[in-house]
Amino acid sequence: MKQTRREFIKNNAIAVTAATAGMTIPGVKEALAAGDDGIRWDKAACRYCGTGCSVLIGTKGGKVVASQGDPDAPVNRGLNCIKGYFLPKILYGKDRLTQPMLRKTNGKYDKNGKFEPVSWDEAFKTMAEKWVAARKKGPKGVGMFGSGQWTVWEGYAASKLLKAGFRSNSLEPNARHCMASAVGAFMRGFGIDEPMGCYDDLEHADVFVLWGANMAEMHPILWSRLTDTRLTKPGCEVHVLSTYEHRCFELADNGMVFTPQTDLAIANYIANYIIQNKAYNKAFLDQHVNFTKTVTDIGYGLRPDHPLQKAAKNPNKGALTKISFDEYAKSVESYTVEYASKLSGVPKKQLERLAKAYADPNKKVSSYWTMGMNQHTRGVWMNGLVYNIHLLMGKISEPGNSPFSLTGQPSACGTAREVGTFTHRLPADLVTKKDAHCKFAEKVWKLPAGTIPRADGKSDGADQPDISGKPMGKTLIHAVAMHRALKDGVMNTFWVMCNNNMQAAANMNEESWPGWRAPDNFVTVSDPYPTVSAQAADLVLPTAMWIEKEGAYGNAERRTQFWRQQTGAPGEAKSDLWQLMEFSKYVKVEDVWPEELIAKSPEYKGKTLYDVLYANGQVDKFPKTQVTDDRGNTYQNDEMDHFGYYVQKGLFEEYRMFNSADNIPKKGHEMAEFEAYHKARGIRWPVVNGKETLWRFREGYDPHVAKGEGVKFYGKPDGKANIIFGPYEPAAESPDKEYDMWLCTGRVLEHWHSGSMTQRVPELHRAVPDAVVFMHPKDAKKRRLRNGSKVKVVSRRGEIESVVETRGRNRPPEGLVFVPWFDAGRLINKVTLDATDPLSKETDYKKCAVKIVKA
Amino acid sequence: MTDKTRSKGGKERNEALSRRRFLADTARAACSVGLLGLGIGLYSQRANSLPALAIRPPGALDEDNFLAACTRCGLCVRDCPYDVLKLGEVGEDVPTGTPYFTAREKACVMCEDIPCVPVCPTGALDHELTDINDSRMGLAVVSDEETCIAFLGLRCEVCYNICPIRGKAITLDRQHNIRSGKHALFIPVVHSDACTGCGLCEQACILEEAAIRVLPKHLVKGELGKHYRVGWEEKERAGGALVTPDVEHRYTLPEGMRYEHAGEGLITEEAETPFSDNPLNTLNRGLETE
Amino acid sequence: MAKYEKLGADAIAEKGWWQAYKWLLLRRVSQLGILALFLVSPWLYRQYEIWIIKGNLSSSLLLDTVPMTDPLIFLQMVASGHWPVTTAITGVLIVLAFYLLVGGRVYCSWVCPVNMVTDAANWLREKLGIKPSTRLSRNLRYWLLAMVILLSAITGTMAYEMFNPVSMLHRGIIFGMGLAWTIVFGVFLFDLLVTKRGWCSHLCPMGATYSLIGKFSPLRVRADKREACNDCMECFVVCPESQVIKPALKGEAKGIGPVIMSSECTNCGRCIDICSKEVFHFGTRFHNQMKAERVNDSTQSA
Repeated sequence: MKQTRREFIKNNAIAVTAATAGMTIPGVKEALAAGDDGIRWDKAACRYCGTGCSVLIGTKGGKVVASQGDPDAPVNRGLNCIKGYFLPKILYGKDRLTQPMLRKTNGKYDKNGKFEPVSWDEAFKTMAEKWVAARKKGPKGVGMFGSGQWTVWEGYAASKLLKAGFRSNSLEPNARHCMASAVGAFMRGFGIDEPMGCYDDLEHADVFVLWGANMAEMHPILWSRLTDTRLTKPGCEVHVLSTYEHRCFELADNGMVFTPQTDLAIANYIANYIIQNKAYNKAFLDQHVNFTKTVTDIGYGLRPDHPLQKAAKNPNKGALTKISFDEYAKSVESYTVEYASKLSGVPKKQLERLAKAYADPNKKVSSYWTMGMNQHTRGVWMNGLVYNIHLLMGKISEPGNSPFSLTGQPSACGTAREVGTFTHRLPADLVTKKDAHCKFAEKVWKLPAGTIPRADGKSDGADQPDISGKPMGKTLIHAVAMHRALKDGVMNTFWVMCNNNMQAAANMNEESWPGWRAPDNFVTVSDPYPTVSAQAADLVLPTAMWIEKEGAYGNAERRTQFWRQQTGAPGEAKSDLWQLMEFSKYVKVEDVWPEELIAKSPEYKGKTLYDVLYANGQVDKFPKTQVTDDRGNTYQNDEMDHFGYYVQKGLFEEYRMFNSADNIPKKGHEMAEFEAYHKARGIRWPVVNGKETLWRFREGYDPHVAKGEGVKFYGKPDGKANIIFGPYEPAAESPDKEYDMWLCTGRVLEHWHSGSMTQRVPELHRAVPDAVVFMHPKDAKKRRLRNGSKVKVVSRRGEIESVVETRGRNRPPEGLVFVPWFDAGRLINKVTLDATDPLSKETDYKKCAVKIVKA
Repeated sequence: MTDKTRSKGGKERNEALSRRRFLADTARAACSVGLLGLGIGLYSQRANSLPALAIRPPGALDEDNFLAACTRCGLCVRDCPYDVLKLGEVGEDVPTGTPYFTAREKACVMCEDIPCVPVCPTGALDHELTDINDSRMGLAVVSDEETCIAFLGLRCEVCYNICPIRGKAITLDRQHNIRSGKHALFIPVVHSDACTGCGLCEQACILEEAAIRVLPKHLVKGELGKHYRVGWEEKERAGGALVTPDVEHRYTLPEGMRYEHAGEGLITEEAETPFSDNPLNTLNRGLETE
Repeated sequence: MAKYEKLGADAIAEKGWWQAYKWLLLRRVSQLGILALFLVSPWLYRQYEIWIIKGNLSSSLLLDTVPMTDPLIFLQMVASGHWPVTTAITGVLIVLAFYLLVGGRVYCSWVCPVNMVTDAANWLREKLGIKPSTRLSRNLRYWLLAMVILLSAITGTMAYEMFNPVSMLHRGIIFGMGLAWTIVFGVFLFDLLVTKRGWCSHLCPMGATYSLIGKFSPLRVRADKREACNDCMECFVVCPESQVIKPALKGEAKGIGPVIMSSECTNCGRCIDICSKEVFHFGTRFHNQMKAERVNDSTQSA
């Protein structure tokens, strides 16, 4: 296996290089030779990050020949980042997958065989056989790993397929690696997901605080807005906190590099400062806030037999205890500026300046964060600690005063979170651990009660029967646990869609790779390109991407954006939606449901999952029509052509019953009807009476807050938000004598995530071809290295080879290296640790111990 | 004529003849060689001009001296660990056999030990150069502000991000984007005091034709009139005004106004007035009920 | 034509094939070997991190330690106004010392790649029986040499290096030829159609330089057994600088010693090969006496 792994990585690097050599968009030259005449322009949401820029796509002769930033889009006003500039090129990489490929030997599936092209029918037949067999073992026998880059309806269709069809909660999105901590904190603090503010805060704030977000590179257009405010608004200041110096520090008035994990102490210090100086907003606290504390010493989300996990007093516990204001004040009392400064290494003066900015009643403060705070073994706590500060000051839910969790992916909000493609969630903030929520979903989906597996395995207090005849037991399984379950043989089939989890998941050597390649496991990967994940799979399905299908994304500010299908996919590539629905035709209800359940709905007897889930009279309600825009242009819709009805509309309208019907369990997620989104440049939910919502929980701005209520956190039954005290606790793995450096991983401006799309754009590849090891010059010197030296980054789990960069855009302090993870030729996740936040189950990709040695 | 006479007087004649021939030969050789030399000289003057996009290796003497010193041996090419350097071939515009690189194709990686320089046997690459940051291979210039997408407000900054003299050779000038109204422009600005001309920016520029290019410094650099000094720089250098500092000025001003001589100019003080912001309060003054 | 088919036939008959071609073959081995070393060195470096020789004949570095610089290149550089760093000075001294020892124009016949081109031209010229040859003075090369130096001084650049077929061909083979083949082909055509042995024996200023360097070289071809000469004239036919043979071979009557003293002799050894009577051999310039006095000297052969 070792040999195979090495070859695997090596081949990988070659594939990437080959794919990027001299790519041009076919047909562009010919099309543009004739001028811009005859180009059909239509809007679409950018494929990449959570900013949600709008672009205009120019097609001619069935090919995308041009693009531009959408000048009328409120987010980006015609601008793009460098990735967005090259959007059309991601469709036309030379190595697009065009037919299903199955590992075979002598014409039969073989785990160790070579990939051979197969028909969709053979692919799905093989898959169905494996899935049905695996499901017989229990609900965790099967698993699907989806994406915050799925369109809204793809996430919704997947949720139905897994939760209702296969009766399994083994559905997770890659947003687990990305936003889960933010979600956890929203739910604990406010009882409802997603930010209260919106991007307009960027123009209204006086003070910006970045807590572990490199917006300059990861949210380029938002950073451009923030910068403009800093430039044009007198008195505006920017505070940046990070474990290394990055591009945001260029604008920072107060740039602070802190020792990893000590952000917990810094946030508590600020709360302490506010209380000590009596700067808090007493009226606001009295009316709108409950004080609580969280259980401590909760471990690091590692396997239960891991020493760290065994040492924890309350592993994975998250219960909140109500406390008084005084008790809270007492809890943060020890977080003096001296203590925080000593722990974090940030000079006192700078900490005080930051605290003062928060405490100044005349300054509007917006806090932004992304992976620095979410990919954190105390991510939920840390998110909460920042909310604490805003709540103490009452600086929340109004223009300019915003704690704002930025999303990494284009539809982490719209798909992963709103549709609920997490193991514990259902659409519109409903959860599988609540019987009532499941029942509501079953009603909407026209399914017998008890179809959806309850998280605890009990429906109405009784054990749920499974197809195996045994009770289901607990059904929740999060992303990191899925790889562990694959390795342990608990999960046997795994379908990875619209992401590259072999490259993205931490601790590849010890968990991901052995799990995927275990002889009994059958892994399917759907992707437009032969990614690292595809190489490690057993079945590879070619995917129609982005504008090769009708789609919808929801960005970080609750803005839902639609686009029409602009062009066809190459070869036999099909959209994820098509794949999900078509695959469901290969599984019969009897294959996966116990008799008791079928008996409740005898009409489903002998039906396929497709009949039950999609041809249910709702999803197939809207007949086939010609998609047009109001300028008379026509658009293809491959899914509508294939299934015979307006699939996207049917799914969205059924989904709307979760957030916009009258009797819904949780209000506040209302969305406009399908057609409205095709007309607008995105609409921010909740949409009530055709009006969108800019700031939530605030009277006047939020339709759910009645006149006279002022502020109401209606996600919680008492309308009050939680201030949650969580202390500083150390990181899972800190540098020691042997592994003497911190490793932090992340992204670069030029590449999107694992680089599967952007590395196929020659210009972007040329701009940043390889992942390098950003390092302090003194650290390099100590190890007799210099800029450009070849080195190995070695952890207890694995190693990679790369080169030292001492003068790059990221300037780590001594004792820390930063390595981007986009590079398929240098897989840094062989090195990282799969420690997670025990509450959000989100991996901490920002902290583990490594050593750097000469290669 | 007999053999005798021929041989008798022939010897002298032969000697005279051969002397004449020698002189003629010499004259002919001198003339033709002279003409050839003229031709070569003139041609070489033209052919020796380096095209703008060919950049000499680090430490190269200025072009005239370089062409005097370079033996065209290719040792620098051999010692370039990244195969950046190449020798000009006949038919290319680069003086034959001399080392150069084309930034757009492959830029200088700026090795810290500059292996190409010490290997030069003649010093055409100046052995005094020991810190690569001091090299001046050329000068980058943002040659097209119309197509550079940073000027359009797009977030590119590839040249800035890749620049090895980080934050010094290329900086970003942040400006308000008047068109969009709420975004900033991040305009790349090259600084000749730090730019080594390594060409990484040009190589990385994502446009089809690079909008930032490395050119010979003399083609890029302007020169201020010798008589002129930049006032604020001189003042900073001197650590204070070069002449007697200004006296304190006083002005006749209406109440509530201030004038800042070297600052903002006329300033309206937000002074307390006896009037309420609400005119009704003034109108109703004295009419309040108890 | 028939005559030339016989060229060397006597030597082969008398001495055997190897003896009749020995020096020619050794020269080719040397010329090609040197080229091969330059060509294979980068590859060897990549495999084993050892540089045998790098650079080209203009300047090179042997085993990463011994520098070598061509004297004419050096002269041009100095004339252009550049005084080089010590490497080049050491390099040119090493080269000078070597050729001072073995004969300046050993460069031309044993090292220079253009020699193979002009030899080929000459071979074809004979093969095709091309007779007409424009007469050029063999001294023209010294004029050209002077011109090259002067040109450097006037232009302040190594102007001649834009045209020098010698450095161009060698560099071209190692680093990439470009259109340099046109100039080399020009030399070939010139030798073939215009002047027999035109380039190497009449024009090349580089050869001229080496000729001057070889003025006092000890290593010489000697015609010690000149009395055995049967006047077959084949040595004159094969010699690229045939004028150098006559004094040594036929000068006994005039009291001229048997050593070929002209430094224009390239020490190619072709005369040794071709002579069926074994008149010639490599020796030193010393003991250049008449027959009677030289007894021991004949044992000294290279």
